[in-house]
Amino acid sequence: MSDRTIDRGAEYVRIEAVTKRFGDFVAVDQVSLSIKRGEIFCLLGGSGCGKTTLLRMLAGFETPSAGRILIDGQDMAAIPPYERPVNMMFQSYALFPHMTVARNVAFGLEQEGLAKADIERRVQEMLEIVQLRDYAQRKPHQLSGGQRQRVALARALVKRPKLLLLDEPLGALDKKLREQTQFELINLQEKLGVTFIVVTHDQEEAMTLATRIGVMNKGQIVQVGTPTEIYEFPNSRFVADFIGSVNIFEGSLVEDEPDHVRIRCEELDAPVFVSHGISAAPEARVVVAIRPEKIGMSRDRPTVTDNVAHGVVKEIAYMGDISVYLVRLDGGRMVRVTIPNTERQTDERIVWDESVYLSWQPAAPVVLST
Amino acid sequence: MTLARLKEILAGEYGRRVVIGVPYAWLLAFFVVPFLIVFKISFSEVRFSMPPYAPLFELTEDGAHWRAIFNLGNYHYLIADSLYIATFAYSIKVAAVSTLICLAIGYPMAYAIARARESTRNLLLMLIVLPFWTSFLLRVYAWVGLLQNDGVVNNVLLAVGLIDQPLTLLYTDFAVYVGIVYSYLPFMILPLYSNLEKHDLTLLEAAADLGARPMTAFLRITLPLSIPGIVAGCLLVFIPAVGEYVIPSLLGRSDQLMIGRVLSDEFFANRDWPVASAVAIVLLVGLLLPILVFQRYQNREIEAARR
Amino acid sequence: MMSRGRFRKTALVVGLSFLYLPILSMIVFSFNNSRLVTVWDAAHSPTLKWYSALLSNGHILDAAWLSIRIAAVTATLSVVLGTVAGLVLARFGPFRGRALLAGLTTAPLVMPEVITGLSMLLLFVALEHAIGWPDGRGFVTITIAHVTFCLSYVTVVVQSRLAGFDDSLEEAALDLGARPARVFFSITLPLILPAIISGWLLAFTLSWDDVVISQFVAGPSASTLPMVIFSKVRLGVSPDVNALASIMVAVVALCVVCSTLWMRRLERRRQLEEQMARAAGG
Repeated sequence: MSDRTIDRGAEYVRIEAVTKRFGDFVAVDQVSLSIKRGEIFCLLGGSGCGKTTLLRMLAGFETPSAGRILIDGQDMAAIPPYERPVNMMFQSYALFPHMTVARNVAFGLEQEGLAKADIERRVQEMLEIVQLRDYAQRKPHQLSGGQRQRVALARALVKRPKLLLLDEPLGALDKKLREQTQFELINLQEKLGVTFIVVTHDQEEAMTLATRIGVMNKGQIVQVGTPTEIYEFPNSRFVADFIGSVNIFEGSLVEDEPDHVRIRCEELDAPVFVSHGISAAPEARVVVAIRPEKIGMSRDRPTVTDNVAHGVVKEIAYMGDISVYLVRLDGGRMVRVTIPNTERQTDERIVWDESVYLSWQPAAPVVLST
Repeated sequence: MTLARLKEILAGEYGRRVVIGVPYAWLLAFFVVPFLIVFKISFSEVRFSMPPYAPLFELTEDGAHWRAIFNLGNYHYLIADSLYIATFAYSIKVAAVSTLICLAIGYPMAYAIARARESTRNLLLMLIVLPFWTSFLLRVYAWVGLLQNDGVVNNVLLAVGLIDQPLTLLYTDFAVYVGIVYSYLPFMILPLYSNLEKHDLTLLEAAADLGARPMTAFLRITLPLSIPGIVAGCLLVFIPAVGEYVIPSLLGRSDQLMIGRVLSDEFFANRDWPVASAVAIVLLVGLLLPILVFQRYQNREIEAARR
Repeated sequence: MMSRGRFRKTALVVGLSFLYLPILSMIVFSFNNSRLVTVWDAAHSPTLKWYSALLSNGHILDAAWLSIRIAAVTATLSVVLGTVAGLVLARFGPFRGRALLAGLTTAPLVMPEVITGLSMLLLFVALEHAIGWPDGRGFVTITIAHVTFCLSYVTVVVQSRLAGFDDSLEEAALDLGARPARVFFSITLPLILPAIISGWLLAFTLSWDDVVISQFVAGPSASTLPMVIFSKVRLGVSPDVNALASIMVAVVALCVVCSTLWMRRLERRRQLEEQMARAAGG
């Protein structure tokens, strides 16, 4: 996983301690973010985490209960949605059903009072970009899902906004189309230089699209970072668990050096050796997270004393590119291991009820505070 | 005021209030206030003046003080005179029986429409709704011709040989039931249909798969799920039927009136506006619960359309 | 035992016969020569004499003209107020008094007509007593009373239609720079137009049909068509009313059948287009 080069531009959107309450319910809780020009920033979280509410506050459909939103240095508080330099692509696309594709795309430009010829030209250009030129005279219900998505995108982009908000932009598409569209979206964003803020619940989508991700939970931003940072160095049990799958062990610190630590986990026979220092009190309870793909599996015991465990294979799920193994450790704990299927089916393959050793590199575990 | 300024006002919070205020004002002025007036008049006394009732507040003879006359006599009169109690009871009976007949006829029809092929479904629905667009009054009137002693129904029955002598059908309870059921049947069918049409048919397949016979599946699955539709249909028939005026006037008995007729007679024939108002208030209070239940259903229906 | 399909078919045939045979008999007897409505005068029927009698009856024609005018004004006013009410209930989110407004708009749907009629009349009497308006009762008072109960129907129709549409359509228009008034006229209004049209027709029919409320709030000088019919038929059957009924049924049937066919054609075209879109993929 490699991050695309981030344009370290100037700050464009600034969210300062924004809170939104609906009655007693706090939908967004003291969120502060700084988003740079030209970024694709993904707000990632489960349903009800407040990500859509945050997006709607940026668009101006909801008013923050507290805090400030600045776009390009300007406080948005008193500015209605129709005067903001922001456009939104709705989850449902919200295409006007009684207007043709061309009229849908032209709608925003008509509001700016542009000359008819200019509108016509810009609509044509935009439809060209999203490859819908031949569909200009169709009505939305005459389009397929992917075409509708592109109309929605064209309609928002034709106004040349500095900031585009996308609410689950690919949520309504099927898996294959979604992957293809992800890359189209990135290309378009790079070509037009628009800042994107994307709301999604799909971590794969966030990983592919984003230059940076903000993970949200219960109205708060729990971690902000590049996809690699979020995946490899989650800062909390929630993030580790939410992004990808992970094996989590609780334990206590037994050796704390600046360049390494050793942790004793009750569910593992051998200690966990981590090749980087952490900041925690001696003897503190900590959580060790190890990704399934970072665990190796063998029939023979590896010649190490740390980072090893013994168990029996209980389940195997063949997924095509990888296989997922569930291994029961001697202590009873189930551990998830994924092994790439680099070769065709062979007899060498580990099967059900085989006794195996699990091991991992000292760099693999991430230590989290409980 | 410039046009731009007007636009600004309509766009803002102030404009929002104006928009809310327009229908609100109309309904307050022409729906709520009239009821308050009815309520007020139900406590006053008859006067031979125009309007024919005493004001609730009037100056004492010496002109120095206001006097409030709060007269419960009209309500007392309604309780004391067995005529009114009998009339109320009769109206409720007629409405209840008609509602049940409507349900008995309407449910199978609604069910049949909901399970018909989609192309026939629209046609059938149109056939149900079509009579509603023609005059209610004229459709009730049609039954006068049908139910007369020498009317179509009797003539047919005589011709077939089912009866030897014409039956007395018109100006009976039977005629009122026929009239109400006939006029209100679409109001029973439509909510039932809109409920039944939404049922997931795989539920019945699941029931059959689990060993339920069609009748059991109907009784245990379809019927319980259609209760909201049944309640809405019944209320939509029952509530207006209690106060029905035209149907009993054209088809009903002359020795036993329904409450709507009594109210109207008190008002127009006896010119006793206070008693008429008291009758209206009692009727309204009696129907308050069903009306509230209906409103809850109605609002839920609209919310459900949101999905 | 009857099969389920047979049972359903029987229920429909019996029920629909019950709904239509009375109307049919009225139409048949409107061509009957005899004054005695129930005796078919085979020698001289069918005849159009009741139709010509009807069309030369100035009283009935005047009443019909008054009814049409009242119904048209009522329908138009109800549509304006009902659309605003429906919009407020479906789109304005929570506000103080929303529950009351929702209650007030659904109550007239089931309110017994005698109560509505009485209360409206008492209001007009009290108003006339207090401020001298309305001066006498007739067109204006009947129209106000009709609007009050018709607007509920329009509200429900518009509100349900709006509820079927995503709020995000209007939000998208705002987001693209349209001001609220512009959003209403270029997005909301076109979307709810079918509901507005059917609301108008519904209100027209209800007003055209009303007898009880009109009887309360009409002065001695104004008689709507239903009021005239009602006073006629209270005295028994009269053949020219059969003719009138037949004309009304014919007009309504024509309108409903035409509009249904038209709507169905639109629907079919739409379905076809959707199929084509799906086939084209993309």
